[in-house]
Amino acid sequence: MSVATQQKPPAHGHAPPEGFLWKYVFSKDHKVIGIQYYFLALVSVFMGMGMSLLIRLQLAYPDRMWPLLGKIFPKGMADGVLSPEFYLSMVTMHGTMMVFFVLTTAPQGGFGNYILPIQIGARDMAFPTLNMLSFWTTFAGFCALVAAFFVQGGAPLGGWTGYAPLSALGEIAGPGQGMGLNLWILSIALFCLASLLGALNFLATTLAMRAEGMSLMRMPLTVWAWFTTAVLSLLAFPVLLGGGVLLLMDRIGGTSFFVPSGLVVAGQPIDHHGGSVILWQHLFWFFGHPEVYIAIIPGMGAVSTILSTFARKPVFGYKAMVLAIFAIGGLGFFVWGHHMFISGMSPYTAVAFSLLTLTIGVPSAVKTFNWLGTLWGAKIRFTTPMLFALGFVSLFVTGGLTGIFLGQTSIDLWFHDTYFVVGHFHMIMGVAAIFGIFAATYFWFPKMFGRLMNEGLGKIHFMLTFIGVYAIFVPMHALGLAGHPRRYYDSSTYEYLRSANSLHMVITWAAFFTAAAQLLFLVNFFWSLWKGKRAGDNPWEATTLEWSIPSPPPFDNFGALEPVVHHGPFEFSVPGAAKDFVMQTDPPSAATGKH
Amino acid sequence: MALLLAAIVWGLALYTGYYLYNDSYWMPTAISDAARQIDSQLVLTMAVTGVAFFAAQFLLGWFILKYRDRGQAKALYQHGDNRIEIGGMIIVTVVFVAVAFAGQKVWAQVHLTTSPPNAVHVEITAEQFVWNVRYPGPDGAFGKTDPKFYEKIGNTVGVDPSDAAGKDDLTVINNLAVPVNTPVELTLRSKDVIHSFFMPNLRIKQDAVPGMAIPLRFTANKVGDYEVVCAELCGLTHYRMFAFLKVLEPADYQAWLQERAAEVTQ
Repeated sequence: MSVATQQKPPAHGHAPPEGFLWKYVFSKDHKVIGIQYYFLALVSVFMGMGMSLLIRLQLAYPDRMWPLLGKIFPKGMADGVLSPEFYLSMVTMHGTMMVFFVLTTAPQGGFGNYILPIQIGARDMAFPTLNMLSFWTTFAGFCALVAAFFVQGGAPLGGWTGYAPLSALGEIAGPGQGMGLNLWILSIALFCLASLLGALNFLATTLAMRAEGMSLMRMPLTVWAWFTTAVLSLLAFPVLLGGGVLLLMDRIGGTSFFVPSGLVVAGQPIDHHGGSVILWQHLFWFFGHPEVYIAIIPGMGAVSTILSTFARKPVFGYKAMVLAIFAIGGLGFFVWGHHMFISGMSPYTAVAFSLLTLTIGVPSAVKTFNWLGTLWGAKIRFTTPMLFALGFVSLFVTGGLTGIFLGQTSIDLWFHDTYFVVGHFHMIMGVAAIFGIFAATYFWFPKMFGRLMNEGLGKIHFMLTFIGVYAIFVPMHALGLAGHPRRYYDSSTYEYLRSANSLHMVITWAAFFTAAAQLLFLVNFFWSLWKGKRAGDNPWEATTLEWSIPSPPPFDNFGALEPVVHHGPFEFSVPGAAKDFVMQTDPPSAATGKH
Repeated sequence: MALLLAAIVWGLALYTGYYLYNDSYWMPTAISDAARQIDSQLVLTMAVTGVAFFAAQFLLGWFILKYRDRGQAKALYQHGDNRIEIGGMIIVTVVFVAVAFAGQKVWAQVHLTTSPPNAVHVEITAEQFVWNVRYPGPDGAFGKTDPKFYEKIGNTVGVDPSDAAGKDDLTVINNLAVPVNTPVELTLRSKDVIHSFFMPNLRIKQDAVPGMAIPLRFTANKVGDYEVVCAELCGLTHYRMFAFLKVLEPADYQAWLQERAAEVTQ
């Protein structure tokens, strides 16, 4: 072969892999990695949901025996009685599983990985090998968490926040404080590391690998959302990683970062000196509050895109939306203290945190306002992704407004650590974020797998889930109004909580109803993988780059072509244009008001 | 589809309203001025957020209905409106920050004031899963404590036996008695892990943190027996860690203290 006839190597950094292991397991292709993240989240979400159902059983029927479940969980539910240890470990593991391996994994690791490079016209992430390592480190973290169930001493039971010194003292502080808790810390540390590597990749890719014409202000709002989330991950996860290492040192290395002098636990003096209990909370919530936005900002991005697509209208106030995402992310780093009003932190500091917290209401209101503005004068197509996006807006309003209560020092004296908090964060970072994931799933499934999900089943799934989540989480706020503390194995002995039992029953039945409705999703998902209608390149008549290439996209996304971007991301219903949408890659002659 | 969806959005908004504005689930009786102020701040916030909530859910449902695809050629081609955007932001900022400021007064009353000289001082030392309540006795002064003097029964808070001020200190378990209409200054401590002292009828919750002594003020204005619970997960039987708050007439309060002191010396 002469040099003259040699083909110019493709712009792609690495060749298509060969062999099952390199193609599907240790793949460096961002699309395969995205799907791996997504499936990890799918497994985790059903595990987490199963745990929540056991929690709900106990709360509605504290005295009932479940002999059949006793056979499945011979230790935790011996003779069918759900033990307090088992209950608290379910509470802890449900929270950890959902926050890390579902709400952080699916929106960013899953959809971000798959869609972001394509939407900016790149062939892959900036660092494909790092990307592969991020996923497998996350997976190792998942294995460590699951292993915590099976070790001597049992799974941890101190809640997903793992407050010191309960979490720092070891087995003397009670059951679940041994090896299971070490594994829990290890799991979170691995997760932090993986997220950090992932964040670097997202940032480098977005900044350096955009196609010609893809200026920052032409990026779809999804890309802005994933980018902002990566910035938050980069700044927040290292702090939790550091905190986790210090906690582990306190437990096994004899240090005293979080344990003060003079403690006596179970009658035994503790040989630790000079630590600070509140330090753990500062480190944890410095991560923990931005984490809320890490979970929900990608959902905001997806919902903005989906609303615009099916409203057949440009996003209302694109620039304001970009600024609002940044404002929410940025302010998110200055409000962690609102988790600590009653922690013993200075009451003056609490006032400052309270005022800062309420200002987050402003960019959140901007988002809501602009979503409604996008619907104004629209021509709405009620597809399943659109239904979930509309549901997201409703849930975001409900879950966001209850934050106005909890952000106030005085009202927090009443609501802190009650079910009002549980209802609030489930509404917003739980189900609103999950609705973002569902909307994204129904929207991008045809791109990822080449087939559409069933619309009829999807719509029924939406209706049942939408009604179900309100039915679950609204009564939780009522429990909080009544002053019901969270993480109680049984509240039936308290006179002031006598109205609680009927509410617990409503919530539990609603939870089982909603969980059952998710089987529709599973059936739809797997049935559509094999039997769904062929999607074609652009089934939704959408405008962004991923819809300009085949479904599923080829290995290097754009083949021999280098995409060139000529238009803004949401050019729908442009007057004078032949169709009601102008794709970003359409020739510049296509009429459009914005370039 | 549009009508069904709009109906569901509105129906769920009403469902939410039913549970949140239904006072049969609301707080138990308030027994202090501060508690009543916290309640009215809560009601103010309910009103403000209620307007925003119902307005947003109503508009969402209405737009779903109004702007469904009716076969029109194209939707409105519009990229936004900065005047509405900025106007809306200013309104939201003013309202939210005003609400936040309104709530700080009662917070300051609980946390940032100093107790008057006639205040009754009580110290609470939490441990898994007990509240040790110490009264200073007739001399009005607490004896020094040190963990090395802890006993399982008897000297549970570790009062220094050589300190004269501690001789008449009285420690009881899970019972906090206070005189009615008298300022009380509580000091919260913990021996082992974080607990949280939650008195629902006073609307007060405060963590008891190992290594810290955290002050707290209240004045109960209604005689009666009330429940106190633990609000911070502190271990396996966290859910059973509770105490009674007894608000007594001043004479009954003195009698109660003497009865407890007599029990201890027996």
